[in-house]
Amino acid sequence: MVRITPPSSWPGVNWSELIGNRELLWFLTWRDVQVRYKQTALGAAWAILQPLMAMAVFTVVLRRLAGVESDGIPYPLFAYAGLVAWTFHSTAVTQAANSLIMNERIIAKVYFPRLLIPVAAVGAVLVDFALAAIVLGVIMAIYGVAPGAEIVLLPLYLLVLFATTAGTGILLGAVNVRYRDVRYLLPFGMQMWLFASPIAYSTSLVPEAWQPVVAINPLVLAVEGMRHALLGTPAPSTAVTITGAIGATLFLVVGVKVFRRFETTFADDV
Amino acid sequence: MSDAWAVRTTDLGKRYYLGEGEQYLALRDILAGVPRRLLGRGARAEPDSLWALRDVDLEIPKGEVVGILGRNGAGKSTFLKVLSRITHPTTGSVEIDGRVGSLLEVGTGFHPELTGRENVFLNGAILGMSGNEIRNRFDEIVEFSGVSEFLDTPVKRYSTGMYMRLAFAVAAHLEPEILLVDEVLAVGDAEFQRRCLGRMRELATAQGRTVVLVSHNLDAVSQLSRHSIWLDHGRVRDTGPTPEIVDAYLRSRQVGTAPGEWVDLEGRTRSTGDEVRITRARITVNGAPRVESNEPLAIEFDVEARKPVTLGGAMARLATIGGTRLLDAGTTEGPSIELPAGASRLRIELDRLPVAPGSYAVDLVITRVMGSGRKRGVFDLVEGALDVEAHATDASPAIDALVPVEAKVATVEHLGD
Repeated sequence: MVRITPPSSWPGVNWSELIGNRELLWFLTWRDVQVRYKQTALGAAWAILQPLMAMAVFTVVLRRLAGVESDGIPYPLFAYAGLVAWTFHSTAVTQAANSLIMNERIIAKVYFPRLLIPVAAVGAVLVDFALAAIVLGVIMAIYGVAPGAEIVLLPLYLLVLFATTAGTGILLGAVNVRYRDVRYLLPFGMQMWLFASPIAYSTSLVPEAWQPVVAINPLVLAVEGMRHALLGTPAPSTAVTITGAIGATLFLVVGVKVFRRFETTFADDV
Repeated sequence: MSDAWAVRTTDLGKRYYLGEGEQYLALRDILAGVPRRLLGRGARAEPDSLWALRDVDLEIPKGEVVGILGRNGAGKSTFLKVLSRITHPTTGSVEIDGRVGSLLEVGTGFHPELTGRENVFLNGAILGMSGNEIRNRFDEIVEFSGVSEFLDTPVKRYSTGMYMRLAFAVAAHLEPEILLVDEVLAVGDAEFQRRCLGRMRELATAQGRTVVLVSHNLDAVSQLSRHSIWLDHGRVRDTGPTPEIVDAYLRSRQVGTAPGEWVDLEGRTRSTGDEVRITRARITVNGAPRVESNEPLAIEFDVEARKPVTLGGAMARLATIGGTRLLDAGTTEGPSIELPAGASRLRIELDRLPVAPGSYAVDLVITRVMGSGRKRGVFDLVEGALDVEAHATDASPAIDALVPVEAKVATVEHLGD
């Protein structure tokens, strides 16, 4: 028996309904993967080309011309490791931010938990992430860098990355339905975010006192942590770890909360 | 018996706020409102709102097929949207006992780049089927659709007919306990409609299945449902056995749009009309104060184009009040009509109105140029845009109910003494 009533202003998440629809989540993710690759000439190759090309540019501009330090790791490897995380983040956030608008016909005609739409959009980009990660393994082999025991921490840092990415994508996706300004804000915002994250540089360049402040951006923890787990660079400081973990949780919680609030009028807004 | 009903609504209401012009908000509208609110001036003017549903108290019994009748804008579609949880009610509540499947459109979620096979799975999942259910019924669905040779072709290469058949095949194999259907019968050709009706009837007679059916097609509603609900301006006007409700509903309809009088179509609900929109229409008759059977008639309508477009055709489609189509007046295959951005007026002229005296509904359709690679050929379609009451002319021949159509009459064979 289902009872439909006017929504409260900050609805919670219906977990059992989400879990009951996991098959649909899979189908939506699979569709997003299919469609993205079918519409491009190079298909899945983009997943690898994007971070590789950015790596080349960063190496020439920042390493050769500006002489940026890279924690004793060969700079191209250092930059590529960061770019794998960043490319995932920026692609997934962009896809998720547009996902609800792209699916407006479905939203207007069928009910299912709307949260599945941005989550599927993020999930589809995981395929790209996996491909880029394989190439990371290849580059590590080329430079003769093997991960140490720290690799057991990798899942935790990935969790920080995924929570931040999903939270941001879910939030922007929901807001975009009502305020189309998001579309204009997004490219600029992502560019700022790239500069604020230790992708092309190391957080060790930031004065120590400022490190917990920049770590409000959870990507600092995610990226530094992934490099630590895979390349053996110094571990993120306790302050950075705590700030980053709280930050990532906040991104996810706020994203989902705002989504649930905006969700009640999606069908009327699209 | 406490479980006698499948759906029960209590004080159900849905209010829409009517935005002006722009479909969506931009941040600047919010920002612009801030100083005014801070100064406490002009408070916040209550925006225009419309109760699409109001005080709806209904019980839909288990295992029944129930039709929903009402004019455009009476709240029929909103009612189904609330029942299927697409939109939230503003007041009251709905209780639903059973698994709901809603069919507000066929082919929801079909993606042009994906193959027929892939779309069957995707569409099935979106409509609420599990992967196993789809796999188990896959062969049946394909068989039913009749497009088995093209299963591995992207649906963007399908003809409209094939596309609709496959989409309906998936929908037809949805087997929820409560099925909500909206206007699905309004699309497709006669054969397609016949199959839809057949499948609905099967579902209706199947054990324990509850079907809530919204349609402009009163003939279809009459055939399928024993009981009907009549919605009027968002409220329940009457409920009861279908023949009685249909009768009362037909009697209530105003008879015919007066010639020369513009009918505003801007607010009519439809899924088309994004690029070019039919905004208003009227019937014009030369000289006569009323529409007359067999006499000349013209239909004029205004369209608003967002950007310059080329129309493949424009049609006025005449149907009985019951919803059975009679004829299409206008063009489908060129010559194409160039429209500049902004408003234009189109005119469809008939030398004579070839129908017997009686009440008819006119749908207006404007189409794209065929072969432009678009899936759907329709720019805009307004159902029941105009009501036509055709009167017998004073000059009618003695048998005035007859509409002369040229035909040969001859004795073919002598069959014996």
